[in-house]
Amino acid sequence: MSATPGTLAGSRAPFAERLAAVRGSRRRTMDRVMRTVALAAAVVCVIPLAAILLFVVIKGAAALNLDLLTKPPKALGTGGGALNAILGSLQMVALAALVAVPVGVLGGIYVSEFASRRSARAVRFGADVLAGVPSILIGIVAYTLLVLPFKQFNAAAGSVALALIMVPVIVRTTEEMLRLVPRELREAGYALGVPTWRVVLSVVLPAGRTGVLTGVMLAVARAAGETAPLLFTALGSRLVNVGEFGQPMDALPLFIYNGARQPITALNEQAWGAALLLLLFVLGVNVAVRARSWGRRAG
Amino acid sequence: MTTLAPTGRLRGRTTPRRADVVFRSGTRVFGGAVIATLGVVAAVLVVSSVPAWTRFGVDLITQTTWDPVRDVYGALPFIVGTLYASAIALLLATPIGILTAIFLSEFAPRRVAIPLSFTIELLAAIPSVVIGLWGVFVLSPFLRDTVDAWLVATLGWLPFFRGPSYGVGLGAAGVILAIMILPTIVSISREVLSSVPNSQREAMFGLGATRWEVAIKAVLPYARSGVIGAVILGLGRALGETMAVTMVIGNGQDIPVSVFDQAQTIASKIAVTFNEASGGLQTQSLVAIGLILLVMTLLLNVAARLLVSRVQQGPAQ
Repeated sequence: MSATPGTLAGSRAPFAERLAAVRGSRRRTMDRVMRTVALAAAVVCVIPLAAILLFVVIKGAAALNLDLLTKPPKALGTGGGALNAILGSLQMVALAALVAVPVGVLGGIYVSEFASRRSARAVRFGADVLAGVPSILIGIVAYTLLVLPFKQFNAAAGSVALALIMVPVIVRTTEEMLRLVPRELREAGYALGVPTWRVVLSVVLPAGRTGVLTGVMLAVARAAGETAPLLFTALGSRLVNVGEFGQPMDALPLFIYNGARQPITALNEQAWGAALLLLLFVLGVNVAVRARSWGRRAG
Repeated sequence: MTTLAPTGRLRGRTTPRRADVVFRSGTRVFGGAVIATLGVVAAVLVVSSVPAWTRFGVDLITQTTWDPVRDVYGALPFIVGTLYASAIALLLATPIGILTAIFLSEFAPRRVAIPLSFTIELLAAIPSVVIGLWGVFVLSPFLRDTVDAWLVATLGWLPFFRGPSYGVGLGAAGVILAIMILPTIVSISREVLSSVPNSQREAMFGLGATRWEVAIKAVLPYARSGVIGAVILGLGRALGETMAVTMVIGNGQDIPVSVFDQAQTIASKIAVTFNEASGGLQTQSLVAIGLILLVMTLLLNVAARLLVSRVQQGPAQ
């Protein structure tokens, strides 16, 4: 009649202790289960990205050809390409950057170099809130101020709308990056009797150059993918428009939207091709720019 | 970094150079321009919608008929559609997002957490119209044939799941929105959780708690208001998201009941109708519901920023 020592010890242990042991293992199981659930949630977050990339690459690559890059669209669904949209996006985003970069960088310089604590917080807050304004409303504002008075949809209004989307991004990154520039650099400048404006422009700004450029590139990528602000401003156009900012102009996002809405297979396919082009540009910029800053943070 | 106080104070001379004065006030103009722009946005929306408000008053919000032929505009279906789609998005994205943030900040080793956070943030960079394209041609048909079909078969007796599903509709819009706000919820929650001091974790570990218990009972409560802020920021983004929603929500004019109903949100209604509108009362009514959208997103954004900064500055109450 000899029980194993284990069970004997188990049966002799006080009730409370045995209960604690059971609970302990239950807690450990719970721990393991919930950590697996958390891992699963993280995997679920990645699935949409993978699925979107997969389909855009497969369907886009099938539609990608020289015509898409070099020809304007022909009559509904009979071929042609997206040249009007590619050139339009390039021009409108370039003009938007021309407006938004000086405004954003100088605004960022103000916050980081000159503003009192209170006004810095106000501008920062304003930029964050402006970035949260739905882009379709930015489109309405640009329409009201720049399309309605001229009774003509025009690319310039589209550029201004895109600029409004870019400015808050540039202000915030410029400010954050300039604040990382060591104080000693500025002090060295002042010690040489250099005026403030030159210290900022020839010492601080070059030192924070990479970071500021990061913000500008992210803002450009964001603007390049925006559709809603262009709907009521640049409108879109089937014609190649070079340099006529007083006229309607197409853009890649508009091309995709319009191509997806038509029940015409050829247009749907062109939309996928254009989506691949847009995604290559937007994700290319994001990966290039972010990989650097993430590498730095990790290292 | 509070150590880097405004460096303007470092000016050596007592009488500032004229060039410096010009430069500083120049930059101030641009800093002020950011705030002024907000004012302009609000002013334009208010001014252009005045005729609609004076003509319809609250009816604009409480009435359900949007009829350009009779020139009568009530936007309740679109307001409900906005809230409904956003609610679906939050319901899906909140648990997944918070669990992912906990995984990234508490469980995952750095060499996993860093590339994974990076990947999830990339999702936020994908243009809305590209997600919409995928939503129309891939996600909606997939949902219609799998999840929707199953829901109709099992829960179809509930009004909320009454079929049939055409793929496009509120449910698809909600799923698309969930995908789009996940990166917001994850990245901000992760930052907030990471800013919880280690002493909180150590104290709990010292009591013999498991890692899950530490995350749930020590870290999450400490960061609670910041995580709520992250979710609210996600909601703000969901309410105003336009293109992807426009492409997958179908085109319904009635107050939606079932998740499979086609509907419109405020943003999608504006996107689809603004250019067709004659410029009269219909345009003004569209601007008016745009103003409602602006007020909703502004309030949410301000609230969320306050909640997030409260955690990052110090202990939550």
